[in-house]
Amino acid sequence: MSVLAHVFEQAGLATVGIASIRQQAVDVAPPRMLYCEFPLGRPLGKPSDIEFQRDVITRAFALLDRTDVPILEDHPDVITDFGEPPDSCPIPPRHDPDLHPAIDEAQGIRGAYDRNLERYGRTSMGRIAGPDGVADLLQVLLDIEAGTPPTDLGYDDAKLVALGQDVRAYYEEAGMQLAGPSGSRELENWFFQVTEAGRLVRHVRDLLKEAGNHKLAGGYVAPASQR
Amino acid sequence: MRPAPNVSSAPDTVDRMSADASIRERVADLPHPTIEAVAVDLAKQLSECKVAIVTTAGLRPNGDVELWSPDPRFTVLPGDAHDVQLSHFSPNFDRTGIIEDLNVVYPIDRLAELADAGVIGSVNERHISFMGAQMDATFSAIINDTAPAAAKILVDDGVDVVLLTPV
Repeated sequence: MSVLAHVFEQAGLATVGIASIRQQAVDVAPPRMLYCEFPLGRPLGKPSDIEFQRDVITRAFALLDRTDVPILEDHPDVITDFGEPPDSCPIPPRHDPDLHPAIDEAQGIRGAYDRNLERYGRTSMGRIAGPDGVADLLQVLLDIEAGTPPTDLGYDDAKLVALGQDVRAYYEEAGMQLAGPSGSRELENWFFQVTEAGRLVRHVRDLLKEAGNHKLAGGYVAPASQR
Repeated sequence: MRPAPNVSSAPDTVDRMSADASIRERVADLPHPTIEAVAVDLAKQLSECKVAIVTTAGLRPNGDVELWSPDPRFTVLPGDAHDVQLSHFSPNFDRTGIIEDLNVVYPIDRLAELADAGVIGSVNERHISFMGAQMDATFSAIINDTAPAAAKILVDDGVDVVLLTPV
């Protein structure tokens, strides 16, 4: 993003940016940056907090009055991500014992996913499948876990990353209804640490690593922090 | 201190460092280009300026998300479009905040409010989204091709100020 600032300034556009990685802003030194140590993925800090977001933008725009560029100003507040799942995010009990637990679980939270989509009108699903395709995505992971090479299933690296993102999005967005709006990474931790599907994604990630695909296993199929 | 979570099974261990702190540490020393610094001297008051957002969140129109493909291209987003979708390839950040409130990444409503309040002159009718977290292989294409093309779009629109937001 800091690189873009330089190019836009050269084109005659005044820029001001919100930086989330401080050292990168230091190294690339764009003219005006406000460093906000807020959760990654939430650069304006607090969802649904209009006053807080407006304050962040106002502080950023104030840098336009300064002539001592390059400026890297620190926002006075620090917001950290949560290292735990939410206190309560109930998963429905097993419904169909003939299904694999991950697939049964996924089907059990479909109503919550649908309610969340209706509530917010937004989803991050859809790279390769929507909610109707979650069971198929989980079956791909189960097949890989059972020893089938991903390429035999039509899954290259890019498609595996997309699969992981779609399954995660389905669960996290359902979790927003099961637990309520949550702090940063709370539902990520719930998905990867508590749910059957999250454990399956992590296990497949570990199998990819054992197979030598360190690039994917290092932080693309699952977040690097989810060990 | 938050109380221990009430979960049905014991969670596996996670990194002791905050996940965000760990990511910030990992990417702090990535290669970066050296670019000659130029800073526009804004001749107008902010209250007379047209503002556009340029985000590196990899936002795309709904239903137009892509597979994992770090690339230097950009997408033009209509200024009134709220039906955008996160297509960023990295899993290493929170993804629920943007579902709850688009403005936490892409503050189009906040800019509209600032325009209504007279703090800024106006909001451009379109914005730009790049895919962030690019590696050095794509820097030259961004610097020489796509970023200048995106800038020209905004200059042609009469934009004065660009607000850059990451994800």
